[in-house]
Amino acid sequence: MHNEAILPSTANKAGGQAPGTVITAENLTKTYGDVAAVDGISFSVRAGESFGLLGPNGAGKSTTMKMIGGVTRRTAGNLRIMGLDPDSHGPEVRAHLGVVPQQDNLDEELRVRDNLLVYGRYFGLPLSYLKPKADELLEFAQLTDKAKSKVDALSGGMKRRLTIARSLINEPRILLLDEPTTGLDPQARHILWDRLFRLKEQGVTLVLTTHYMDEAEQLCDRLIVVDKGRIMAEGSPARLIREHSTREVLELRFGSERNTTIAAELDGIGERLEVLPDRVLIYADDGESALEQVASRGLRPLTSLVRRSSLEDVFLRLTGRSLVD
Amino acid sequence: MTERSAAGTVRAHSPEAAAAKARRWGAFYYAEQVLRVMKSYGWSILMYSVGQPVAYLFAMGVGLASLVDNQGTAVFGGVSYLTFIAPALLVSAAVMTAANEFTFPVMAGFKWRRTYYGPHASPLTPEQIAAGHIMAVTLRLVVQSAIYFAAVALFGASPPGSGWAGILVAALAGLSFGLPLMAYSASLTEDKGQFALVMRLVVMPLFLFSGTFFPLDTLPLAVRWIGWISPIWHGTELGRVVSYGYQEPLVLTLVHVAVLAGLAVLGWNLTRRRFAARMGQ
Repeated sequence: MHNEAILPSTANKAGGQAPGTVITAENLTKTYGDVAAVDGISFSVRAGESFGLLGPNGAGKSTTMKMIGGVTRRTAGNLRIMGLDPDSHGPEVRAHLGVVPQQDNLDEELRVRDNLLVYGRYFGLPLSYLKPKADELLEFAQLTDKAKSKVDALSGGMKRRLTIARSLINEPRILLLDEPTTGLDPQARHILWDRLFRLKEQGVTLVLTTHYMDEAEQLCDRLIVVDKGRIMAEGSPARLIREHSTREVLELRFGSERNTTIAAELDGIGERLEVLPDRVLIYADDGESALEQVASRGLRPLTSLVRRSSLEDVFLRLTGRSLVD
Repeated sequence: MTERSAAGTVRAHSPEAAAAKARRWGAFYYAEQVLRVMKSYGWSILMYSVGQPVAYLFAMGVGLASLVDNQGTAVFGGVSYLTFIAPALLVSAAVMTAANEFTFPVMAGFKWRRTYYGPHASPLTPEQIAAGHIMAVTLRLVVQSAIYFAAVALFGASPPGSGWAGILVAALAGLSFGLPLMAYSASLTEDKGQFALVMRLVVMPLFLFSGTFFPLDTLPLAVRWIGWISPIWHGTELGRVVSYGYQEPLVLTLVHVAVLAGLAVLGWNLTRRRFAARMGQ
């Protein structure tokens, strides 16, 4: 809605970034010893876009985020944030960003509001700006009545919201969120998603990693599926599902004994069959009619469920593994 | 946020301005954070800074001194026992404070609370974070030593003159011991009780065998070397020179300054590198 106004002035200056592109990675690589944590990935993020990195633990998502955040040096490849190389212009790149790390690193010895003030000082912001801004952000994070509490006293969800509030203290146009809702209960996650939605509506570019497909589907305009440091697929959640899965999925449980032996008897139903330890997935555009076929063969699953395809299915298809082990 | 600015809220300055300010003042910004945290336990810092010198001065300087001074003051260079040990207590207190401030909080920053990684994501650099931590602790050492010095003066053990310079000597001694220790703390990835060992096996012996309570040359040569390599001894002797004009060859005084400054500079360089390496991976 304010897209012209919020396009950063430095976006087109250097590094050959296309207009409106805020992050460009080309062949980005990070190796630790012999292990390639990030193995030559390329992507770009446009201003105001909500971009996700979806993958299991150890896929290289966090390492990628740290390179974008200008706190880890890349081994090879090219990386530009707002046209700047984070390896040579670390402070300048970081001044553009708000960062929500995977592990909270709030100052537990300081009070809630002081955490915001202190963090703002790192950007050289004066207290005359920080004091009203801190109150505004506490309001946004629904923590106003906790302003004077010690951080220790906050719940996990509250700490997460405080970390997000802290990341906004410098009014960044790009927000990096590394697994923002991991470890939170469903209600806390929904509150957090709502807050992130609001930021998105204000034109803030969101870059987030997650291993929750519902989170990716809710929040991301576009995402890359990452596994073992490589990009497996790229696109909008809907497009990825369309390209890599069927419209619906029939989930059957025959009990742990039968699941593995039943595959042969299900042959020919749906487009594709996936046998997991606890259930069998039949990929079909019409799940109900697939279920009827199962019944007509005289098979009696303990439970059956027809659902829409999700990014989980995309991931399973691309890697042969589940996202969350 | 753009919307809110229309309603009249002050805006943040540009990222370019933030980066420029951080490049210039970043260490001070982090020092500010450390001081805020110290303020949150300011009461115990104050009690430590005032209570410890008063207790020591009373026990050693008044209690023990009443026995020692009866034996004559020749061995202490002609000054009262209280005057003799006051610079040593000042320096030792600074070194012990430094030993605390450059160990546990560093481990907390990297591991226990990960507090270094918050500012690490901001425009600050690892070197600035290290420098800010050091600046804040230095300020604490100066303030604490000033309080100590005032207490000593109240006990009448601070001859008029250049004695106040002992405050700076104590702070320097604290850094000369503390900064190499900080580099060590920054290199630890696991806590196996190393800090407790440092306190018991390094700090305590140095405190006892650094010419603190008796002149170093009253010790057998076999243990005298502990004093020679000890920042507490170099600091204490230097403190005695500025406090009551203790007579020693000028070259020895220069050696004290050189050792203290040299250790501090070495420690800073190692610390800086450790921080940069550890936070750049």
